[in-house]
Amino acid sequence: MNILVCIKRVPDIGAKVELTGDRRAIVTRNLGFTISPHEECAVEEAVQWIEKDGGVSTVLTLGPDGAEEQLRDSLARGVDRGILLEVEEGEWDPGETARAIVEAIRAGGREGVGFDLFLFGNEAADTGDFQVGIRVAHALNLPCVTGIKHLELVDNKAVCKREVDSGWEVYEVPLPAVITVKEGINLPRYPSLRGTMKAKKKPVDRVRPERSGAGLQMLELSHPPEQGKKVEMLGEGSAAAPKVVELLKDLEVIPS
Amino acid sequence: MIIGLVEHDRGVLEESSLQMLTFARGLAARMETSLTAVLVGPEARPLAESLKPYGMSNIILAEGDRLEHYAPEAWARVVLTLMEERRPEVVLAPGTDRGNEVMGHVGAKADLPMAANCSGMHPGDPFKVTRLRWGSSLLEEAVVEGDPRLATVALHVMEPEEASLFNEPTMEVFSPVFEDTDFRVRVTALEETVADGITLKTAPVVIGGGRGVGSEEGYAVLEELAGLVGGAVGGSRVATNNGWRPHSDQIGLTGNRIAPELYIACGISGAIQHMVGCKGAKRILVINNDPEAALFSKADYGVIGDLHEVLPAIIREIKKG
Amino acid sequence: MSTFPSHAKVVIIGAGIVGNSVAFHLAEKGWKDMVLVDKGPLPNPGGSTGHASNFIFPVDHGKTMTQLTQDSTEQYKAMGVHRESGGIELARTKERMEELKRRVASAKCWGIEAELLDPDGVLKLFPWVNREKILGGFYTPSVGVVDSLQAGTIMREKAQEMGALSAFPNTEVLGMDVKGGRIKSVNTSRGEVEADYVIIACGVWSPRIAEMAGAAIPLAPVAHQMIDAGPVPQFAEAKGEIEYPILRDMSTLMYERQSAANLEIGSYAHRPILYDPNDIPSIDEAKLSPTEMPFTKDDFDPQLEDALDLLPEMLDHDSVEIQYAINGLISLTPDGAPLVGETPEVKGLWSVAAVWIKEGPGIGRLVAEWMTDGAPEIDPNEMDIARFYPYARTKSYVWNRASEGFNKTYGIVHPQEQWESSRNVRISPFHPRTSELGAVYFETAGWERPHWYESNSKLLEEYGERVNDRPNEWDGRWWSPVINAEHLAMRDRVAMIDLSAFAIFDISGPAALDVVQRLAVAQMDVPLGKAVYTLLLNRFGGIRTDLMIARLAEDSFRVVTGGGHGGVDKKWFKDHLPEDGSAMLHDRTSALCTVGVWGPSARDLLQSVTEDDISNEGFRFGTVKEIRVNEIPVWALRISYVGELGWELYAPFESGLRLWDILWEAGRPHGVVPAGIGVYGTTARLEKSYRLYGNEMETEYNAVEAGMERPKVKAQDFIGKAAYLQAREEEPAALLCTLTVDDHTSSSGEQRYMVGHVPVLSPGGDPIVDRKGRRSYVTSAGAGPSLGKFILMAYLPPEHAETGKKLQVEYFLERYPVTVEVVGNTPLFDPANERMKG
Repeated sequence: MNILVCIKRVPDIGAKVELTGDRRAIVTRNLGFTISPHEECAVEEAVQWIEKDGGVSTVLTLGPDGAEEQLRDSLARGVDRGILLEVEEGEWDPGETARAIVEAIRAGGREGVGFDLFLFGNEAADTGDFQVGIRVAHALNLPCVTGIKHLELVDNKAVCKREVDSGWEVYEVPLPAVITVKEGINLPRYPSLRGTMKAKKKPVDRVRPERSGAGLQMLELSHPPEQGKKVEMLGEGSAAAPKVVELLKDLEVIPS
Repeated sequence: MIIGLVEHDRGVLEESSLQMLTFARGLAARMETSLTAVLVGPEARPLAESLKPYGMSNIILAEGDRLEHYAPEAWARVVLTLMEERRPEVVLAPGTDRGNEVMGHVGAKADLPMAANCSGMHPGDPFKVTRLRWGSSLLEEAVVEGDPRLATVALHVMEPEEASLFNEPTMEVFSPVFEDTDFRVRVTALEETVADGITLKTAPVVIGGGRGVGSEEGYAVLEELAGLVGGAVGGSRVATNNGWRPHSDQIGLTGNRIAPELYIACGISGAIQHMVGCKGAKRILVINNDPEAALFSKADYGVIGDLHEVLPAIIREIKKG
Repeated sequence: MSTFPSHAKVVIIGAGIVGNSVAFHLAEKGWKDMVLVDKGPLPNPGGSTGHASNFIFPVDHGKTMTQLTQDSTEQYKAMGVHRESGGIELARTKERMEELKRRVASAKCWGIEAELLDPDGVLKLFPWVNREKILGGFYTPSVGVVDSLQAGTIMREKAQEMGALSAFPNTEVLGMDVKGGRIKSVNTSRGEVEADYVIIACGVWSPRIAEMAGAAIPLAPVAHQMIDAGPVPQFAEAKGEIEYPILRDMSTLMYERQSAANLEIGSYAHRPILYDPNDIPSIDEAKLSPTEMPFTKDDFDPQLEDALDLLPEMLDHDSVEIQYAINGLISLTPDGAPLVGETPEVKGLWSVAAVWIKEGPGIGRLVAEWMTDGAPEIDPNEMDIARFYPYARTKSYVWNRASEGFNKTYGIVHPQEQWESSRNVRISPFHPRTSELGAVYFETAGWERPHWYESNSKLLEEYGERVNDRPNEWDGRWWSPVINAEHLAMRDRVAMIDLSAFAIFDISGPAALDVVQRLAVAQMDVPLGKAVYTLLLNRFGGIRTDLMIARLAEDSFRVVTGGGHGGVDKKWFKDHLPEDGSAMLHDRTSALCTVGVWGPSARDLLQSVTEDDISNEGFRFGTVKEIRVNEIPVWALRISYVGELGWELYAPFESGLRLWDILWEAGRPHGVVPAGIGVYGTTARLEKSYRLYGNEMETEYNAVEAGMERPKVKAQDFIGKAAYLQAREEEPAALLCTLTVDDHTSSSGEQRYMVGHVPVLSPGGDPIVDRKGRRSYVTSAGAGPSLGKFILMAYLPPEHAETGKKLQVEYFLERYPVTVEVVGNTPLFDPANERMKG
C-alpha cells in the first residue's frame, strides 16, 4: 500500500490576527506554523494504515522553503518520505495547486512510484477552498470522496463514512482513490522524540513547479466589520445567577 | 442567467439553499438577469413549491433513476450539462459540504475556478467576490475568472427572505445524459443514528465548555444545567484534544457549527476557530473569569466568574423556582 | 473588584511571582494603600511565571543569589507550595566534573548540603540515566519544585486580607507621568492613578513600561526552549507533580525533570533567540500565552539527540511524544544578575525585573526592606539597577551581552572570565600607548583596563624563580606570570598604571560639607587639600562602599571611587543632596584621566618633569595639589593602593596622551614599567592587606569586622553611626584576616593556586561558622611576589582569628594547609608603611 497525503503550511493563529501593510497576508512575525486539524488527521490516517497494512507513506506540500518544517513534522509522526513543491511566498489558487500536485504525482508515476490512496484534509485552514483534492482526482481520473470521518480499507477498496445530520452516509470506492478527511476520524498523535530524530534522516525531495495561471486571485484581506454587539454584563461570580435565570425565562428556555 | 443549485437531503430542503436563493435573487437583479433554481433527484420534486416565494423565473427538475441516491459527480453532471445548454453567467450553490463538493467537481470537470464560501459578489469585469477565510474571521477580496463564474454562498451571510413580488416560475423537467463514472461515488448506504433526544444541532440551548472546565469530570455541572434547560453540551477544541469530550461534541471550525437560540459558553476564551462554530447562535452568554476573553466581544450577555462557581449558583436558582 | 482609585501610595505593575511577592512583603512591613495592576488575567497573567519549569537548585557560585534562593525556598515552604525532590547536576566531561567540584566548594561556602556522586550514585537516585554517558553528578537533596502561580496568589491574597492591596487584572498601563524627576502617576486602561511609588515588576515587558517614564531597564527577552515529553513508561506510577530528582545535564546545558507522567526537557544550549519587548504579542494575538512563543524546532534538534543519549530507556519509545513545545520567554540582563532598586533616572520608580522563580519571594522581601528601611538585609549591590552606566542601558549593549550570556546560564564560567561582545566602549587616552605595550585588557564598567602587559614578559627572566607559573590550566586562566614580574619591577623601580576607569564626581555648594559629612564615616571637615580614604555605611552599619574624598575648597569636595561601583555610589550621593540645590554633584569621570605613578623612583621621576615642590615635606601623604607636569596642569593626589611612594595624577582627558608620554620618557632612566590591574587590584593590594569592595567589603560585615574602624569617632552624625558605635562596643563575630598558603601541592603533585571563593575549614576539616551563622570562605586570593607567598583573605570567628593559627582551605575537593598571618589590617608587606609615606 502506498499512500500520499497532501498538507498545507498555515500560520498558527491566536484569537486575533494582524494584517500586513499591503493587506495581502497575515503578520506571522511572532506566529508559528502548522497544518489544519483535518490534515493532521489525514497524516495520522496514513500512518495508521501503513502501520497496519505495510507500505510507504509520502507527505507532499506546496509551499515556501519553510514548509519543510511541516513535512518533517509529518515525518516525525511516522510518514516515510516527503515531497516539497517549493514555491515563492505567495498564494497559489486551488486549480494551480492541484495541477502542480498532479504533475508531481505523474512524475513519480513515470519513475514507477504509484499511489493506492491520496489523502487530503477536507479544506485548508486558511483559504477554505474545498476543492484541491477533487481537482487532483479529476485530473487522475480517480474517484473522490470528501468530508470523511471513518475509513476502512478492505479488498482494494475504501469504505468511507461521512457524517450528516441524520447519521452516516456510506461510500464505497475502488482504490486508488482520493479521500478528503475531517477532524474526528482519529486522534492524531504528537511526534515522538524518536520519530523526530528519525525524521531528520528521512528523504524530502524538492521540486520547483511552474505556475500555470490562477483563475481565483486574492486582491486583499480585511477584518470583517465589528458586529457592534454591546455585551450586557449580568454580574460577577455567583451573584449573577438570578439575572441569568431571569434571562433564561425571558428567552422561554425555562418556564417563568 | 444565474443558476442556483438547491441542496436537499432526500427531499428535505436545507435552509442554506434558501439563503443561497435569496443571495442569488439579489445578484440577478443587480446583473439584470434571470434566476434559475435547479433541483436534483426524484425526491426533490415536491420542494419546487416551497422555492417559488424566493423569486425565480425558472425551476429545473433534474430527474433520472440513478439520481435516487446522492452522487456528487452526477449532480455536477447536471450542472455541467445545463452550463453547456443554457450558458449561465453565474452558477451558485450553498456553501455546505455538498454544495462545495458538487461545485468543486463542476470546477474540476470544466477546468474553471470556483470560489467557495462567498459572502458578497461584485459583478463586472473583473468579476469580484468577497470570500470568507479562516472560517469567517477574515474576508478576502478576490477576482474570479471563467465563464460561467462558479461559487458557493457562505452560510448565514444572509437570512432567507421571500421576494416581495414574484411571478410564477416556469417548471421544467430535465434528463441529462450521464456517464458511468458519474456514479462511481455515491451513497451506498445510510446508517441512521437514532438521535438520543437533543443534539448540538437541534438543541435550543447549547452549553459549551472549554479550558476553564479543567477536566472530564468538570462537565458534570454543564450536563446538569443542560438537563434543566433542555440543552445539549459541547466543547471547544481544547476540550476534545484533552479527551474531556468526544470529537462529535466539538463546536468550531473543524467540529459542529451550531445555531441554537442561546449558546452559553463557559470557560472558553474564544479562539477564532471556536467563534466560527458558534456564530450561528441567536444569542451568546459568556461565563469566564477573564473579562478580557475574546469571546466577550461576540457575546450578548456576560458573567465574569469561574464557571464552577457560577453554574452551580444558576442551577440552585433554577431549582429554587 | 473595587473601583479603580485615583491615588495610591504604591502602584505595582505586574502580577507575576515578583509583583505579588513585593506586594506581600510591603504589606507585612506595614505599607497600605497599594494597587496591583496587570494587563493580563489572574491568576496567570501570561508572563514568564506562567510557563516556568518552577524548579529550584539552591547552589550558585555567587553568595547573594544563593542567599536569595534559600530565603525564597523557605518562603515557598512556608506557603506549602514547595516539594522537595532533590536534584543532580550531571557531568559528561572531565572539565565539567571539575566544575562540579567547584559546586561542592560553593555549597560549602554558603552552607548548603550537597555531595559529589559517582555514576553508581547517580543511578541509585535516577536509574534510567545512561551510565556510559556520565562521569558523575553533584547532588543537592534540597532541590525542589514550587507552584509559583499558587505562591503568587497566596501572597497577593494575604496582602489583600491585610487591607493593604487592591488588585486590578486586565488593566493595561498606557503611560506614566514624571514631574521634577519624580514619578507622579500611572495612566491605565481603567484610569489614572497618582502614586508616590511605582514598582515595575513586569518581567520581559519591563523595558517597555520603564520607557514610558523615561527610565531604562536593561534586559532582553530571550527564548528558553522547553518541551514536555510523555507519557514516559517509567513514570506510569508517578502520582505527583514531582517524585524523582531533577536532572541538570550540565555538559549539554539542559535539564530534565519529571512532571507527573511526563518529562520536561529544557535547554540553554541553543542559539540565543532574542525578542524586542515591543514585539511580544498581545494576549489575543498569541496562540498560547504572550511569553510562550512558537517553538523553533530546528534549534532544539541537537538537544533532542542529547536527551535521547542521556535517557534512552525512558525516551527512545514511539509512545513518548512531544506534547508541548515552546520558546518560553525569560529575562536576561547584560551581566546575568537581576535589576532591582530605584531607577537612577526617576525618583520613586523602582525596578524589580529579571528575577527568576528561584529568587522571587526573596527579592520581594529584599525590596520591601530596602523601600522601608533604606537598606535590605542581603547586600543588593550585585543586582542594584544603578550599576549600569548609560552605555549599558542601550539596546545594542543589552542585546549583545544577553546573546553572549545566554549559553553561560549552565556554562562553566571562570571567576575572571571576560566578555567578548560590546568591548572598547570606554577607552582611556593612554590606550594607544598601552596597546603598543601589549596590554591585555580586562573590562570594568565598559572601560578597557590593562590587566598586564605582554611587553613585560622580558621581566620574567629578570626575576627568574621569584615569579612562578601556574601549572594548572584553570588556576592560570585569565592570568599571567607577567603580573608578578610587573609587581616586582614596581617595588624595585617605578610603574605607571592606567586608572582612568575611576568614577569621579565633585560635590560643591554651601551644603557640600554637610552632604559628605553625613555619608562618610571619617571626619570630612578637614583642611583644604586633604584627601581622606573613608567608608560609607548603610543604616545598619554594613559597608556600602569605600572611596576617597578630597577637600578642594571650603564648599567643594572631590569623590573618587572604583569604576565598577561608580553608578551606585553616584546615586547614593545624589539621593542625599539637599532638595534646595545648596549642594550639587558634577560628574567628572569623562573629563579626567588618571595615571598612577608608584615605586621607589616615583618622586625622582615626577620631579624631573615638574617644577612644583613634591618633596615629602612639600607634598604630604594623603594630600592633593595642583601641579604642572611640563605643559600639563595636573591634579595630583598622594595616596597609594599598592603600598609604594607615588601619586595618582589626574589630567584633562584631552591631555592624557601627552601626560603619559612625558612620564614615560622621564621614566626611562628609572626603568619605568607599565603595570596592570593584576598588580593594582590583586598582588600589591593583598601584600598590603587592603580590602576590596565587593570581596571583603559588603553590607553583611561591619567596619569593625572588616578591621576598618577608625581610631576615633567623629562628633558629627553620619549614616550608620549608631550601628557603627554599637559594633565598636561588641565583640566582633568575625574578623577579617590575612592568611598564606603553606603548601600548594595537590595529591597528584601539582601546584595549585586558589581562584575564586573556596571554603576555609578548621584544622579538623569542618566548616567554620561564626556566631551570626556566616561561614568562612576566601574573599580574595592572589600572589604576594615580594613576600614569596600566596595570600588569602577571609573572615574568621575570634576562636580562629589568631596569628599563627593553622587552618585549611578546600580547593577542588582537596585540602591545603594555610596559616593566619594577620588579624586586622596590618599589612604583610612593609607593615609600617615606610615606603609609601617616605
